Amino acid sequence: MSRLTQVFADLQSDKRRGVIPYVVAGDPSPEGTVPLMHSLVGAGADILELGVPFSDPMSEGPVIQKGHERALANGMSLHRVLTMVAEFRKDNDRTPIVMMGYANPIERFGYEAFAAASAEAGVDGLITVDLPPEEVDTIDGALKDVGLDNIFLISPTTPEPRVQKIVERARGFIYYVAVKGVTGSGELDTDEVARSVALIREKTALPIAVGFGIKNAASASVVAACADAVVVGSALIAEMQQKAHSAEGLEEIQIHGAAVKLLQSIRAGVDSSPS
Amino acid sequence: MTSEVTPELFASVPDQNGRFGRFGGKFVAETLMSALSDLEQLYQRLKDDAAFQREFDEDLAHYVGRPSPLYEAARLSDAIGGARILLKREDLNHTGAHKVNNTIGQALLAKHMGKKRVIAETGAGQHGVASATVAARLGLECHVFMGEEDIRRQALNVYRMKLLGAQVVSVTSGSRTLKDAMNEAMRDWVTNVEDTFYIIGTVAGPHPYPMLVRDFQSVIGREARAQSLAQYGKLPDALVACVGGGSNAIGLFHPFLQDESVAMYGVEAGGKGLETGEHAAPLSVGSPGVLHGNRTYLMQDEDGQILETHSVSAGLDYPGVGPEHAWLKDIGRVQYVAANDDEALAAFHRLTRVEGIMPALETAHAMAHAEKLAASMSPEQHIVVNLSGRGDKDILTVAALDGIEV
Repeated sequence: MSRLTQVFADLQSDKRRGVIPYVVAGDPSPEGTVPLMHSLVGAGADILELGVPFSDPMSEGPVIQKGHERALANGMSLHRVLTMVAEFRKDNDRTPIVMMGYANPIERFGYEAFAAASAEAGVDGLITVDLPPEEVDTIDGALKDVGLDNIFLISPTTPEPRVQKIVERARGFIYYVAVKGVTGSGELDTDEVARSVALIREKTALPIAVGFGIKNAASASVVAACADAVVVGSALIAEMQQKAHSAEGLEEIQIHGAAVKLLQSIRAGVDSSPS
Repeated sequence: MTSEVTPELFASVPDQNGRFGRFGGKFVAETLMSALSDLEQLYQRLKDDAAFQREFDEDLAHYVGRPSPLYEAARLSDAIGGARILLKREDLNHTGAHKVNNTIGQALLAKHMGKKRVIAETGAGQHGVASATVAARLGLECHVFMGEEDIRRQALNVYRMKLLGAQVVSVTSGSRTLKDAMNEAMRDWVTNVEDTFYIIGTVAGPHPYPMLVRDFQSVIGREARAQSLAQYGKLPDALVACVGGGSNAIGLFHPFLQDESVAMYGVEAGGKGLETGEHAAPLSVGSPGVLHGNRTYLMQDEDGQILETHSVSAGLDYPGVGPEHAWLKDIGRVQYVAANDDEALAAFHRLTRVEGIMPALETAHAMAHAEKLAASMSPEQHIVVNLSGRGDKDILTVAALDGIEV
């Protein structure tokens, strides 16, 4: 059983909902990323989503864009992200890692080489924002061959027949994008989210994670009432940046502390969800 | 040209997945897939609709002022002493460049879709001005995304857009030029996809944009072909156009692709020289990759990060290129070359002084190559250059480069 399948099975048998934090690999520093991943697991993360820095992150709002820019300025590359995953795996073989990024760094790496290197490093799933089902064939076969899950996005603008097509190809879990917009933007329409998630559930038994627009314990709690897991990204990065700018000479672990604190509160919100 | 290239081949692209061979496609976030498919369906229906075509043609005739002349640059040709250089005068269009052909077409599509808000990205500002113009005419809300760096070097066009009622949004991410403006326009589109039409200014972006922008711009080549036959009784021997994203080039080239005797040259921005790395010439020295919704040649590093570009002309300052150009390069139908900043500036001054026509700095790149090419050809031969835009917008840039305070 894959790590992702195992985690969702455990969550289901415990009647709990999952929490998935997103951070950009290499932000605020490359040295800090693996310790941050462990800290997030300690704060209650069930799955980790690791952003792969790209020069042109077209679906990201300003907070995550800046994270990508800082990471690239720190010399990050896709190869280095995989090194971090391998490093993390030395101490944690249970928490699934999903990488989220854009097609070009993978295309440059080479699809088969990338799939092999990801499996070797201990990656479990891949979300590539600009590889919708129409364009995913080049990589999907290679990922399947090494046992990695390609995770598809479904959005509020995805028409019903298309939802059907997507779930038929999906593995691991479905990622429902809760707002029309970039990451970290917009106000959640929780009724709309509930309706859409219910509609997706009619078509698939795969777990459904909901992300984009979840900012705090309250919104996480509401969304967790209908989802199997909630994803939180921009809010964590914004907290860390605020902390980083609050005083001179902070240790990175103090900056991480801001994200850990928010994630703990989101964990509590999700666990108290009226599902 | 390779032997398997047949006339039918050119009519077969893009395929139904938006592919030009291995290039093109729809590499966008799921949120946009439905909007792209709506646009594609509408366009497939309207492009063969006589009433829509009539509306488009009438706007081109009475609002844009088409057909644009095919003018023989006699003094320039005499001075060079080789092939005759003919200029397809897109600079005489309303708003001063070829860009308006496309914005007229896309604004009609927006109208048919009932969208009240249009957005556009712009580099030199020509596409932004052309978008703001059609938006003013149709009473649409218009937001133009423009890199902070381009806003600085194209101040005149920024003010033109504001006069036309558009909101110019300064883009401060990344390199603060055209590529970042396009990222930001895509982000806006993802957010406002239901009431917003994205007027892409070049033959890049996700399918169906490279196809529909090509179709709207192909009026340039259709006219040039007919004018060449009417005025000289023969087809030209060569075509030359500058290539940033490549819309003016594809517009000129496309109607001639099946004419095997016509050679074609796309001229990229060589910047400070290809060997310096400071240029915007992905077809000359780039490699295939995925950016802004399509697979094409890109300027990128070994990790697949997009590189910053350099060109004296904001309109060519783009690290990618339309996917059809990538395909035309691969099959060998079009040759892609580069002209550097200095060569373009020299050509700018020469055309201005010898013919009384001041070209845009983008266009000056095409002129620079055309002069070299003409010198290697004979006086019975003809070269058609797409004079894609006028140079008024660049006067301050040129003055600064020449060390003159205006």
